[in-house]
Amino acid sequence: MTSILTNLFDGVAYGMLLFVLACGLAVTLGLMNFVNLAHGAFAMAGGYVCMVLVNRMGWPFFAALPLAFVSAAAIGIVLERLLYRHLYARSHLDQVLFTIGLTFMSVAAVDYIQGSSRVFINLPAALQGQFDVFGVGIGRYRLMIIVICGLLTIGLQMVLAKTRFGSRLRAAVDDPRAASGLGINVPQVFAFTFAFGCGLAGLGGALSAEILGLDPYFPLKFMIYFLIVVTVGGSSSITGPFLASLLLGIGDVAGKYYVPKMGPFVIYTMMIVILIWRPNGLFGRTAAR
Amino acid sequence: MFERKIFSRTAAAAVVAGLAVGAPARAEDTVKVGLILPMTGGQASTGKQIENAIKLYMQQKGDTVAGKKIEIILKDDAAIPDKTKTAAQELIVNDKVNFIGGFGVTPAALAAAPLATQAKIPEVVMAAGTSIITERSPYIVRTSFTLAQSSTIIGDWAVKNGIKKVATLTSDYAPGNDALNFFKEHFAAGGGEVVEEVKTPLANPDFAPFLQRMKDAKPDAIFVFVPAGQGGNFMKQYAERGLDKAGIKVIGPGDVTDDDLLNNMGDAVLGTVTAHIYSAAHPSQMNKDFVAAYKKAFGTRPGFMAVSGYDGIHLIYEALKKTNGDTDGPKLIEAMKGQKWESPRGPISIDPETRDIIQNVYIRKVEKVDGELYNVEFATFEAVKDLGKTKK
Repeated sequence: MTSILTNLFDGVAYGMLLFVLACGLAVTLGLMNFVNLAHGAFAMAGGYVCMVLVNRMGWPFFAALPLAFVSAAAIGIVLERLLYRHLYARSHLDQVLFTIGLTFMSVAAVDYIQGSSRVFINLPAALQGQFDVFGVGIGRYRLMIIVICGLLTIGLQMVLAKTRFGSRLRAAVDDPRAASGLGINVPQVFAFTFAFGCGLAGLGGALSAEILGLDPYFPLKFMIYFLIVVTVGGSSSITGPFLASLLLGIGDVAGKYYVPKMGPFVIYTMMIVILIWRPNGLFGRTAAR
Repeated sequence: MFERKIFSRTAAAAVVAGLAVGAPARAEDTVKVGLILPMTGGQASTGKQIENAIKLYMQQKGDTVAGKKIEIILKDDAAIPDKTKTAAQELIVNDKVNFIGGFGVTPAALAAAPLATQAKIPEVVMAAGTSIITERSPYIVRTSFTLAQSSTIIGDWAVKNGIKKVATLTSDYAPGNDALNFFKEHFAAGGGEVVEEVKTPLANPDFAPFLQRMKDAKPDAIFVFVPAGQGGNFMKQYAERGLDKAGIKVIGPGDVTDDDLLNNMGDAVLGTVTAHIYSAAHPSQMNKDFVAAYKKAFGTRPGFMAVSGYDGIHLIYEALKKTNGDTDGPKLIEAMKGQKWESPRGPISIDPETRDIIQNVYIRKVEKVDGELYNVEFATFEAVKDLGKTKK
């Protein structure tokens, strides 16, 4: 019984991590209709910034996390203004080719600067180890992930649904022409949203170094997971990817625990079954956009 | 389609012609050694270490042997077998090398094997560790190790030292399966019991669920083999999940506590017992000098890959000395067979029958020495042959 709860806990933590990593992609793909395969590169950038700050410059871990967000967002906004915005109106194939090229460049660049071996971020002692709650092993680090990611999700949902910026963004997505006619600065809204998504990825990258491992191949290794989250969740809201992340995280952990021989395939099997059942994802819009 | 066929046929003919013409044109004053190593990609640390060690050896011993100047030509294959093959072809046909060496992973070493046979030049394997490699060509010699060497020894050691129940966690690819099978065979023969067996996918980032399964199986120890780069992740999650506090030890071949990464793994790794061929803490004077020189030149500690590269180039030097600079492939292979020398890892030799390495296997425990983590050797199994050959 306790091992079920421990697995559930691990699965939720893993799912939350997937969500923070992938939700920026859900925003660019779902809201802005742009296929950004280089999303993982921003996550990696955040991870490496955090690693350099903590390991080489002695920053405390919790001070470095916001910096991981800010730096990935800054890189995001620069690239958006310089490169990405020229591709918004282009075909999806062009976008895929451009962003996969960008991914390879980021892999080579990080490999050149930091070397190809896996890096770790030195954690404070308070985040290491596990403690028991009624016999259920709770990892401190994973608990922190759940808290941070849970707060972020609530915050994001509030911003999108309740604030003026949220309604501008939704208006800009639904009908950019009418939105700009109403005086909304559509390119600015998109740039800001894009940067925010990149920032979240950067934060996710910093958080995931401990669990997923951080090396220059990060953007390629996890691209498939991000895409699974977005396709399964549907990209019309952030609730969809959130639930999809949780489902996949728990499914993956449970699959590896209970049927270790089949473990790695569970996540793909789930994706196939869900997509046969609902081709537009769990919360996808049924009508074509 | 037809055109392409003709093209590939001409290309093949050119390759064959190149090999035939290449042989007599080699009697110059330089001896070329083609190194094929993963310098990029996930295995890049292996390539870097071997390259460093060879540079160091050539600085120490000079670049001339038996009147010939040694020239190293380095090619990067990123541990992808197709690239290894192309690189080997280029080296043999265009550069007319006299040796090929390196090979970070088993598939790479196997990809080059038919080319070594065809061109009749020695292939010196300096990293890859699956037993079958040397059986794939009569021109292959190995200066690294085989997983059978370390896995059988740790199996024998475990049963004799009060470990009765073991859970295994191994990466699901050829070396991982080698390690698992040889360990099981020896551990079970001594009366031990494997209570849980998990094979993790090679690209497996999160060990959490597998480790939870290990913890619930309550073994005395976990036998682990993961590729060197993943050792750090494994050890961190092992500690996070409190397996160390539950009294479950980690044993295995030494890849998991590779010197290259050991010091960053944190104190959780303390007490891990592994069997392996080399530790940077090996107490011989020769090793102390080697470690000091390596650290001075490259700023890091040498690992078992570095020492395999160091011995690989040494073997090439010694073979040339014995043939008096003759670069005929069959003669060089003959000269390599039965070579015996003192390496930084201890006494080693090349088995004249299998062309594989015979060496001591040490049982080591991770301890803190001068504030750094090291594998400290405490027992030695002498002159261990490779026990994994299929042709016996």
